[in-house]
Amino acid sequence: MAHLSAENLDRARRLVAVYPKSRSALIPLCHLAQSQDGYLTEEAMVDIAELTGVTAAEVRGTATFYDMLHTEPVGDYVIAMCTNIACLLGGAYELLEHAEGRLGVHIGQTTADGNFTIEEAECLAACDTAPCVQVNHRFFGPLDGAGFDRLIDDLTAGRLVDQVPRHGVLNRVERTVGLLTENESEARA
Amino acid sequence: MTEVRNEETVEKTTVSVTIDGVAFEANPGELIIEAAERAGVYIPRFCYHPRMEPVGVCRMCLVEVSGPRGLSLQPSCYLRVVEGQEILTNSEKARKAQEGVLELLLTNHPLDCPVCDKGGECPLQDQAMAHGPGETRFIEEKRHWAKPIEIGPLVALDRERCIQCSRCTRFAADVAGEALIDFAFRGAEIEVAPFPLEPFSSYFSGNTVQICPVGALTAQPYRFKSRPWDLEQAESTCEGCAVGCRTVAQSSAGALVRYLGVDVDGVNRSWLCDKGRFGHEAVHAANRLSAPLLLREGALTESTWSEAISFAAAAIADAIRDHGAESVAVIGGARLTNEDAYAFAKLAKSIIGTDSVDAQLGDGLPAELVLGLPRATINSAALAKAVLVLGTDLREELPVLYLRLRGAAMAKEATTVIDVTPVTTSLAAFATTVNYLPGDLARTVALVADLPGAEGFGLDETQLSAARRALADSGIAADGSGLVVVAGRGDLGESAEVVSSALLSLHHALPGARFLPALRRANVHGALDMGLAPGLLPGRVDLDAGGDLIANGWNAVPRARGRDAITTLRAAADGEIKVLITLGADLVADVPDRALVREALAKVSTLVTVATHDDATVRVANVVLPVAGEAERSGTVTNLEGRVAPTTQKVVPPGTAWPAWIVASEIARRLGADLGFADFAAISHEISVAAGVYRGLSLGSARVEARREGVIVPLSNTPVTIATRRLDPMATPGITSVTEQGAQMTTGRTEEAAVEALIAPVSTAALLDHFGEPSIVFAPKVDAYTHRLSVRRALYDQGTLVQSSASMAPLAAPLIAQLHPQSLAALGVSDGGVVRLRSSRGSIDVTVRANAALDRRLVVIPARAELDGAVGAFDLIDAAEFAIDVQLESI
Amino acid sequence: MITNADPIITRRIAFEDSYTIERYLATGGYEGLRRALTMTPEAVAEEVNKASLLGRGGAGFPAGRKWSMLRQAPTSYLVVNGDESEPATFKDHLLIERDPHQIIEGSLITAYAIGASQIFIFCRGEFALGLERLQAACNEAYAYGAIGKNIFGAGFSIDLVIHPGAGAYICGEETALLESLEGKRGFPRIKPPFFPAVNGLYGQPTVVNNIETMSNIPWIILNGGDAFAALGTGASTGTRLFALSGRVKRPGWYELEMSKTTFRDLIFDPSLGGGIIDDGTIKAFIPGGVSAPWFGPDQLDLGLDQEAVGKAGSMLGSGSVVVMDDTTCVVRAAWRITRFFHRESCGQCTPCREGGTWLEQIMRRIEEGGGRESDLDLLMDVCDNIAPGVSWPPQQTTICVLGPSIPSSIASAIRMFRDEFLAHIEAGCCPMGGAR
Ligand SMILES: Cc1cc2nc3c(=O)[nH]c(=O)nc-3n(C[C@H](O)[C@H](O)[C@H](O)COP(=O)(O)O)c2cc1C
Ligand code: SF4
Ligand code: FES
Repeated sequence: MAHLSAENLDRARRLVAVYPKSRSALIPLCHLAQSQDGYLTEEAMVDIAELTGVTAAEVRGTATFYDMLHTEPVGDYVIAMCTNIACLLGGAYELLEHAEGRLGVHIGQTTADGNFTIEEAECLAACDTAPCVQVNHRFFGPLDGAGFDRLIDDLTAGRLVDQVPRHGVLNRVERTVGLLTENESEARA
Repeated sequence: MTEVRNEETVEKTTVSVTIDGVAFEANPGELIIEAAERAGVYIPRFCYHPRMEPVGVCRMCLVEVSGPRGLSLQPSCYLRVVEGQEILTNSEKARKAQEGVLELLLTNHPLDCPVCDKGGECPLQDQAMAHGPGETRFIEEKRHWAKPIEIGPLVALDRERCIQCSRCTRFAADVAGEALIDFAFRGAEIEVAPFPLEPFSSYFSGNTVQICPVGALTAQPYRFKSRPWDLEQAESTCEGCAVGCRTVAQSSAGALVRYLGVDVDGVNRSWLCDKGRFGHEAVHAANRLSAPLLLREGALTESTWSEAISFAAAAIADAIRDHGAESVAVIGGARLTNEDAYAFAKLAKSIIGTDSVDAQLGDGLPAELVLGLPRATINSAALAKAVLVLGTDLREELPVLYLRLRGAAMAKEATTVIDVTPVTTSLAAFATTVNYLPGDLARTVALVADLPGAEGFGLDETQLSAARRALADSGIAADGSGLVVVAGRGDLGESAEVVSSALLSLHHALPGARFLPALRRANVHGALDMGLAPGLLPGRVDLDAGGDLIANGWNAVPRARGRDAITTLRAAADGEIKVLITLGADLVADVPDRALVREALAKVSTLVTVATHDDATVRVANVVLPVAGEAERSGTVTNLEGRVAPTTQKVVPPGTAWPAWIVASEIARRLGADLGFADFAAISHEISVAAGVYRGLSLGSARVEARREGVIVPLSNTPVTIATRRLDPMATPGITSVTEQGAQMTTGRTEEAAVEALIAPVSTAALLDHFGEPSIVFAPKVDAYTHRLSVRRALYDQGTLVQSSASMAPLAAPLIAQLHPQSLAALGVSDGGVVRLRSSRGSIDVTVRANAALDRRLVVIPARAELDGAVGAFDLIDAAEFAIDVQLESI
Repeated sequence: MITNADPIITRRIAFEDSYTIERYLATGGYEGLRRALTMTPEAVAEEVNKASLLGRGGAGFPAGRKWSMLRQAPTSYLVVNGDESEPATFKDHLLIERDPHQIIEGSLITAYAIGASQIFIFCRGEFALGLERLQAACNEAYAYGAIGKNIFGAGFSIDLVIHPGAGAYICGEETALLESLEGKRGFPRIKPPFFPAVNGLYGQPTVVNNIETMSNIPWIILNGGDAFAALGTGASTGTRLFALSGRVKRPGWYELEMSKTTFRDLIFDPSLGGGIIDDGTIKAFIPGGVSAPWFGPDQLDLGLDQEAVGKAGSMLGSGSVVVMDDTTCVVRAAWRITRFFHRESCGQCTPCREGGTWLEQIMRRIEEGGGRESDLDLLMDVCDNIAPGVSWPPQQTTICVLGPSIPSSIASAIRMFRDEFLAHIEAGCCPMGGAR
């Protein structure tokens, strides 16, 4: 899959309509595209450019500013490991070393089976559970080596599918109400 | 609360500040960096560019500025002066901040100056030499990127050298309006990047190279060509199109290597289009003509000048003797300088005695119309309430005028732009568009501008009413004051008569409106001004006004109006033209009625071509006279505003090519006459004393030479003040660092000089009498079985100039016809297939592409998309028709 | 001794279902909005003014004053800053996940008071659960009639949009947040104008307030600004949600009355931080997020009071306290914080982009054992190029205050623990070995 699917195009148009100016939907649309393909494909960026009235270079330029948006393929599960101050004080680098050993990849790399990518994250605002990690933006912590191994096992075994959706799926609750009426959105356009 | 107003208070018009302890009166709203500069204090900078909005990101220009909470470091490029402000540019704190920024910029900047194109003219290098610490404290590893990557066909990027000033990205987004490059990633990882699937192919990409303050962006055509210290330069005027941007031409070892844009307020404000910028490649192209050629035994062979001139003169003399002077005709001249054009006008009209002279190739507008309509300037268009653009995609034809209009439309007090065009153009992003079918321009304009007699005829009502509302709301006066009309032959599928009808109707109903002719060939306006048009004499006067010329060395002036290019060709086809002289014009390729050209050339006894490059017309000539072209001769050119500016010789012409005026003189001499020009200055002088609106003006007079802005004719009686902008060495790094020669470069403070017109202005309005009462003409309706042809120009085409330039030739638009998908479906042809287009004139087979945005009745095809021997749009055009209808056939 | 008032913003959090509208309504939810809609907008704003509620986003600007600066215009916006990314700060995260309706209600009241025409809640992208809870709450509130047309029949209408961020600390800075909300790179805007109230979202007047700031509004309207102002002392009124982390036994969030508690209480009281892990010794602590200069044990008795902390040379900032103990390598800690800023610099300003990078490289080199004694002066001098004087509050050579925040931890660490730096340099490695 590359371009936005018909269903996602429909979602995208509804997202655009929420904002006074269509460019404001750019980041939500990037999340949407990531929920489809796991990362931002070039084709999706072209679609987003068209939907928001900017150039594709601007979509990519904007998207790459943000850590959550990937323009290269990533694993099904992206494990963001916080090493910032509170987690550092709780042993984050030791955990990171353990994780690299367990998965056999370094920061920024994806396991050969395409299951896991590990990233070094900045503070994830869960310092009371340091050291903590996010898997596809769902929190786990505090973790030690054994806890990390259990997490990998659970993920691999599919025991966490409800809690941790595929990479790119951010918000499973859609805006169901409060959309502008068609007339209003037209007037805005 | 009642407002108390002190009647006594006199509005102060300046802002008093102190700069490094010295009192200075700044202009209200002026940026500190600019005020300081006018006060003689130069504050270092990188991201600031005088022609873009300040962003204050590089932090190089930090100075101490007083505020409510005392002195603090502030970016002087962003902050504006405030009454009573104290500004310290040289305090210990300011110096430490500036030196700190410089050191930081250098931490990750490679030390590859010796192999960097910018080395020697690099502001970063200059700053580092002037202010930087002797040795570096930075011992860490620098950032590494893959070395230069091609980001577009003409531009390469070395990311290691980038200092993230954002000048290029801001230029692309804010000035050119095409953000094909943008910053990607964040923080220390920031890089300038195009989208992987979309290269940076903008017509304006070269400007980013010019304004890059380091060697991060380089121009493919210039890379490693020269070192700044080997360059020589001369200030000149671009001959790429009729906008006439000011440039410097830079050469190394006798060859042009680079053109850069010069900042003049009236025209290009330092920008150039890529066609102009890289046009120097055509000067040294392999197909330049370097020796006269004579057709002998069926082949063109080199000859001496003496032989060639004798041959041409003999043919002319024979023709005059046997068939009368009108059997000799001259076509072309729009690529000559004014002085060269004047010499040929004098040769034709005074010596030979023919008035069948035309600088336009059937792709222009009647000269009386162009010269007679009240003219606008580019600045006045940019400040107008409304601009009505008729038919022309300005980005394709007059690119820098497009930039200026775009700027006007995006400005705070925005100019309303209305684009009346068969095919939606690049203006659509900021203009209100009204689409029409070629042939209907005049009646469309009548509806948009609510002209008397306007009648509805099935235009898109939504578009039409939006345009009418936009025009009505724009604030133009009832007589049309505040409106500028830009028009040329934007669609060659529509005849000059239709455009004339639109313009005359507008002028008649809205006498306050001003016009900017969108004729594109570089010096077409100068050539018309110099009398290279039937019925006209030099100086925008008609044949009745030849007295000044006779008094100044002309033998005679023609008594009757001669033929224009198309009627000349028709006469030739009928066997009435014996000698045809072309002046730098490729008739075979450029006249939009190729069948007519073929018939005509087949019948002409002698074809004399005066040319710079080998082209299709040269190849069928009897005698070829090679002349000096752009950058090989000095003179003046006149742009679409009527602005006269010098173009300067920088290199020598190839082989034995002569300046064109000498060719004219020598032909005259062999005809037993004397043009009276001992040297170039003599022509200049004669123009300044004898040529109507040009009286009082010559290259020799300081008036033109010293003014970067040039001078607009007709001169008015009131003295005008022209400010000569100081060139910001950071905005134009390559210019200010190079040896200066030729016309003087101002690098001091702003100069203001009064230009006083000594001559009573000549009115050109009477030229319009030629046309009588305007009437609205239009082409017949397209029936259900035909399509209307829209023939559009592209900036990069198969013309001689583009094709002679190695970098641009590959960028030329291919010959592809665009059709509405339904038209394709009806034909049973798929997108990308081939269709036969048949007009009353001929038929061609072309590849087709579906375009759902088009009117279903249209076929859009590029002008000039044929190479040698191949077919193109001009094979379909009948110059006698208001519009061209074609049948589509699947094959 | 801890004197603590009843919680204001965390009073519902003990409930499992605190984030649902049922629980919200059962605990007085949307009563504040109902009350506000019976008042004039001016009267609502006046209550908040009386409360002297200081912004909880870090800068501590009085909310009432900010609102009164809003330029009157047909279109204006309320943008709620939920980008919480300051390291060691996790209070907004809690409020978003556990009490989204309280944020929505506070925002609605604020929008009413300032006459905004649309509300955007900008939620940090990494808070996936928070985003889902916020969106669900928004949907519920629409259905309940608290958002949308003619709210509670009072004639006030407004739309509220939950907007996800995408991972960039700098988008917490309000002008970068607005750029991001406009679909652009999160580049902070150059000042002046200094306040979005003048030139905000889409160039329109805009108020940007923090999540915690908004969460206080319903209580203030229901209980009166005076009741709020009665808590705390001086300019520091009400309660604050403190986030405690690092080498303490009981890391977590604590809602405490302003000023009445000291750092010592927060860190050592058994009902709060519970003391240092393994009963070790406290070495230093950061009083208000990693942008703040560090304090040593001698400052433990300062009250949790904006002015007091400011006078002592740091800030209460985002209300997060990080504790370092004798097992902490301060060079490593300061390096990691520097690395954070280096990674999060938006990259516009040369001093921040290049200076941050350079500082990170030097700090890493020292920590890894390649340091030289001259590096300490060099570090301070590079700091000086970003924040001239390296004093507090910082002066700046940059567009936003991320840049001048970089020197805080480096300067603190060098000034407080010069010997440890020298030990690193002498030993050619971290003398603490595997220290955290
Ligand atoms: C680098 C930087 C990061 C910031 N991050 C946040 C943040 O994550 N959340 C927040 O509410 N305010 C943050 N702020 C402060 C905001 O700019 C702004 O002052 C605040 O949102 C205003 O809300 P308040 O007045 O309610 O505190 C940050 C400021 C800076 C300079
Ligand atoms: S100080 Fe840093 S984060 Fe702030 S605007 Fe400048 S570069 Fe960006
Ligand atoms: S910040 Fe002023 S020139 Fe860059």
